[in-house]
Amino acid sequence: MEKKTMPAFKGTKEQEEQLKAVIESHKGQEGAAIPVLHKAQEIYGYLPIEVQTMIAEGLNVPLAEIYGIVTFYTQFSLYPKGQYQISVCLGTACYVKGSGDILEKIKERLNIDVGQCTADGRFSIDATRCIGACGLAPVLTVNEDVYGRLTVDDVDGIFAKYE
Amino acid sequence: MVNLKINGQEVSVPEGYTILDAAREVGINIPTLCYLKDINQIGACRMCLVEVKGARALQAACVYPVAEGIEVFTNSEKARNARRTTLELILSNHERKCLTCIRNRNCELQSLAEELGVDNIRFEGENTKYEIDDESTSLVRDNSKCILCRRCIAACDNQGISVISCVNRGFSTEVAASFGKSMSEVGCIYCGQCIVSCPVGALYEKNDIPKVQRAIDNPEKHVVVQTAPAVRAALGEEFGLPMGTPVTGKMVAALRRLGFDKVFDTDTAADVTIMEEGTEFIERFTKQEKLPLITSCSPGWVKYCEHYYPEFIDNLSSAKSPMEIFGAIIKSYYAEKSGIDKENIYSVAIMPCTSKKFEAARPEHSSSGSQDIDASLTTRELARMIKQAGINFAELPDEEFDQPFGMATGAGVIFGTTGGVMEAAIRTVYEILEKKPLDDLNVTAVRGLDGIKEAALKIAGKDVKVAVAHGTKNASILLDKVKAGEHYDFIEIMACPGGCINGGGQPVVDSKTRAKVNFKAERAKALYSEDEASTLRKSHENPYVQALYKEYFGEPCSHKAHELLHTHYTKRSKY
Repeated sequence: MEKKTMPAFKGTKEQEEQLKAVIESHKGQEGAAIPVLHKAQEIYGYLPIEVQTMIAEGLNVPLAEIYGIVTFYTQFSLYPKGQYQISVCLGTACYVKGSGDILEKIKERLNIDVGQCTADGRFSIDATRCIGACGLAPVLTVNEDVYGRLTVDDVDGIFAKYE
Repeated sequence: MVNLKINGQEVSVPEGYTILDAAREVGINIPTLCYLKDINQIGACRMCLVEVKGARALQAACVYPVAEGIEVFTNSEKARNARRTTLELILSNHERKCLTCIRNRNCELQSLAEELGVDNIRFEGENTKYEIDDESTSLVRDNSKCILCRRCIAACDNQGISVISCVNRGFSTEVAASFGKSMSEVGCIYCGQCIVSCPVGALYEKNDIPKVQRAIDNPEKHVVVQTAPAVRAALGEEFGLPMGTPVTGKMVAALRRLGFDKVFDTDTAADVTIMEEGTEFIERFTKQEKLPLITSCSPGWVKYCEHYYPEFIDNLSSAKSPMEIFGAIIKSYYAEKSGIDKENIYSVAIMPCTSKKFEAARPEHSSSGSQDIDASLTTRELARMIKQAGINFAELPDEEFDQPFGMATGAGVIFGTTGGVMEAAIRTVYEILEKKPLDDLNVTAVRGLDGIKEAALKIAGKDVKVAVAHGTKNASILLDKVKAGEHYDFIEIMACPGGCINGGGQPVVDSKTRAKVNFKAERAKALYSEDEASTLRKSHENPYVQALYKEYFGEPCSHKAHELLHTHYTKRSKY
């Protein structure tokens, strides 16, 4: 079966202690998984297998169930954010102006899906709702930089600035 | 009692019944798909929608408790239309390759399409594409057939294993293990309870028929087959015989007609298992060490122990399962005695089990120099072979197993149901220690379908406490008790609820039949009746087993027996 590439897990001892404390404070409570997953994502920025396994073990909930919850809710992420976080606006105005094609081009170039991060940890892609810059549609941001009135052909030029 | 009206008919049923239960009580059929008695009752598939007078919307009959005075309409236009649209939507994303499907003519979705008169599917569109997971030795998962009824997830939860769940959402929802892993990469024990719960062809066993057929077709090969006790208690169902009909004689006849050179009975090896395991128990009990001794016949349980309770690995009996004991004997004693080069022997086992495929592939089971068992087929696979060979099963004459391994005692037969190994062991251990015959051979305390059964025995003036658990969830409850300090001397554990009669390799019992009959009890009856009818009912009285020890092994647990008939276990990760 095809396995997705994933940047190596770099959790620290401190993060693990924090997570253990969170698990301890929710142990035995019904429906503990979701609040613990929220906190875990705050601590680590995302929820890789190492973190989900600690939660499953700590709360005595099957890993498959934890994974089911994480993949159900879009606010939970299996992937870390990249050094450069690319967000493509899929709000109505941007979408009708072709941001969908721009997103496709970026996915193809990085060979990852929305929500994922490249194995080297440099780039991650998010699809966002309207970011309030409809006058510049279609819009994408890379960290704090905003790029507007884009076409698919502009994508390579944008990447050139970060590579 | 609660009084209600269904389709104008007055019905009176006990409190706590659902509309579905009440309707079945008076012979009204409400279609279901995700509902599976004792396993899954979640109202997810919406096939059982009915109209309840005064209710805001249509209600799912499988989860709607009856209430005094309600009026239910199961066949109104509104209910019929809703069900039909739902079914069409399910079918629209189902890979409808019925002709080549493993569950063709044995599929609850197919039956529903017929029952509801679906003659057209109005919803066209792209179907979700999935990769088939066939990486394990035992199970195949094909999500393109999956209808998301969640019966497999419930069956896995019911076993306390829970390695699959629903992942993602909306159109992307699928049943899967965590992180896209194969069943071979998670703590799956291959019990196959998911397979026998699946209404469609999304889950099935790894097909080992072709390699067995190749061996049969090869004139160089001496192909030997053994059949486990639970197979004869259920094989008849595949050919329309009533549930609980023992078909030992017809099964033997069919195997001969399929071209197997020798047809042997795993029960003979079960008697050997009792000699080895019983002796092991007496040794440990006398020295009071590594107690409780826990049986090791069920490969699903053994794998469960290795993944989830590795601290009990030393408690597992080192005696191999009957299938593997037989495998080792066939390629050693039998090969020597019959003058056949063991390299030319192809050893097949017919098992009620999908986990046996994993057991057969374990590298430690090669005491004869090559793999002791070359292929392990399920009861369903045997039925397929019989059908494909054009054998009219129901009309076959009864035939006898081949000797010297076709003679078994009643003790070996009851191995196929929960409590059977314990009962067989008690019959032998008692007589060895007491040096006198046991008055009542029926050890009823360990029979029946209670999840955990216990008995306190007095053998040779000493108290012996035994327990029996079936279904790995019950096993974990029992083992947690042991961990908490409860003392037992001897424990039998079977991975599947009910034992091997309800193994993951047995004929699939559909949801409607499960609601009507206790299929586990019916199949168990077939085995107890065979035990009752046996002249010899104690393993140590089996003359062939006695000869085997005299000629070859010397004594139970001798050096040679240890070499060939015992094994070891490996701690495995839970994730």
